[in-house]
Amino acid sequence: MNGAMVDGDSMPAESAISVVLPSVLQPLAGGQSILTTPAEAAVTVERLLDAVTGDYPALSRRLRDETGAVRRYVNIYVNGNEIRRLQGLVTAVAPGQEVLIIQSVAGG
Amino acid sequence: MGRMATAESYVLAIGTKKGLWLATSPDRRHWSLSGPHFLMSEVPSIGIDTRDGRTRILVGVRSEHWGPTVFHSDDLGGTWSEPENGAITFPDGTEAALERIWQIHPDADSRPGVVWAGCEPISVWKSTDGGEHFELNRGLWDHPHRSEWGAGYGGAAAHSIVVDPTGEKVHVAMSTGGVYRSLDGGTSWEPRNKGISAYFMPDPNPEFGQCVHKIAADAAVDGRLYAQNHHGVYRSDDDAESWESIAEGLPADFGFVMLTHPRRAGTAWVIPLKADGERIPPDGKLAVHRTDDAGASWKRLDAGLPDAEYNAVLRDAASVDGAEPTGVYFGTRGGSVYASADEGEHFTEIASHLPDVLCVRAAVVSAALVPAQP
Repeated sequence: MNGAMVDGDSMPAESAISVVLPSVLQPLAGGQSILTTPAEAAVTVERLLDAVTGDYPALSRRLRDETGAVRRYVNIYVNGNEIRRLQGLVTAVAPGQEVLIIQSVAGG
Repeated sequence: MGRMATAESYVLAIGTKKGLWLATSPDRRHWSLSGPHFLMSEVPSIGIDTRDGRTRILVGVRSEHWGPTVFHSDDLGGTWSEPENGAITFPDGTEAALERIWQIHPDADSRPGVVWAGCEPISVWKSTDGGEHFELNRGLWDHPHRSEWGAGYGGAAAHSIVVDPTGEKVHVAMSTGGVYRSLDGGTSWEPRNKGISAYFMPDPNPEFGQCVHKIAADAAVDGRLYAQNHHGVYRSDDDAESWESIAEGLPADFGFVMLTHPRRAGTAWVIPLKADGERIPPDGKLAVHRTDDAGASWKRLDAGLPDAEYNAVLRDAASVDGAEPTGVYFGTRGGSVYASADEGEHFTEIASHLPDVLCVRAAVVSAALVPAQP
């Protein structure tokens, strides 16, 4: 499950979940823009991130710190909602869904 | 690509709030600047490790979005490597996460491969593989004082690590916490701040809690250290058992920088700032001050520096090289970088309009590494 796309479309198959990466992180995922993992049932965002970043530890560290917390300016969207407004890392993601990772517009 | 005919060249690594620049020179008069590397990430720490027949530049990089990490380059920035699992990560059970790498300090020539790091949250780390993997110093991490150490304005930093030639005496300085000393190579630690004022605390002479901005060891006198404090410039002649003021003769006793000569006893440099209501060079006149008698007297050095400069110089934004005479380098929060090839007697601005300079480190390197000047 190291990120092969299910098909040419950005949406995953009904038995998979996709995570879409911002371009700046794609070099840390072997150049891939979308990481996909098989999923027969809903999984938490935490398990999803574990699955898709398992082969890419440098990518994993960009998203979450050593305690497992999502970095402050990393936003993760499920169904168009940022997970901090849902159930955080235990937010459920259903098979067939696509999760977006977008850096927040912070800085000066 | 042409190569220099001379045996030695010079490299100056400039870490800023928005990336790293590298300057190289065949003669310390003409510099070529390349960069930015790590654009939009801050680079608060740099170590240039010239031991073991190799020049390795280690950088502590921190992205506001993607967090901190350590990269290293063995080809003067041509390529950068990041250990797959990270060079510095807090181990399970600490429930801590790395925030910033404040210091990367290659150890003595006699201990190749050993590199120390000082980090936020306040912690000291040691690598024995040239900075690719660091181990948390448990003695300091588990110290009973740790919960009482505070954060300076810039963060809770273990920013100075001084190791003596034997490797047994290690001094660490932190903002805020003060100076801690280990006599067993870093296994156990005790505060050593007697004589350093903490005027901002109810008890101005506490055992610890001082806001020490930088410490450095005398090159040739065993047991002698210098400290630039949050107000106060000090010297210790007894391995930090006691400190005495050496601020007389300086235009201000506040500042961040403390540099010592790489070989000569008694020589140190500071860059005074007025504080606390202001944080600028006194009267807007930037100057470096050097002592050659361990702080008994100071010489103002401002040849080549601008008439007016209102930007501060941060604690690690200054460095010396290992050449003879010693080169002195510093950068300002206004993005100017100044270099002197004669111990500060004359400065030249070698970079300007960079982002805030957080860290500079200089080294003498093999000329074979450095492309010829155009």
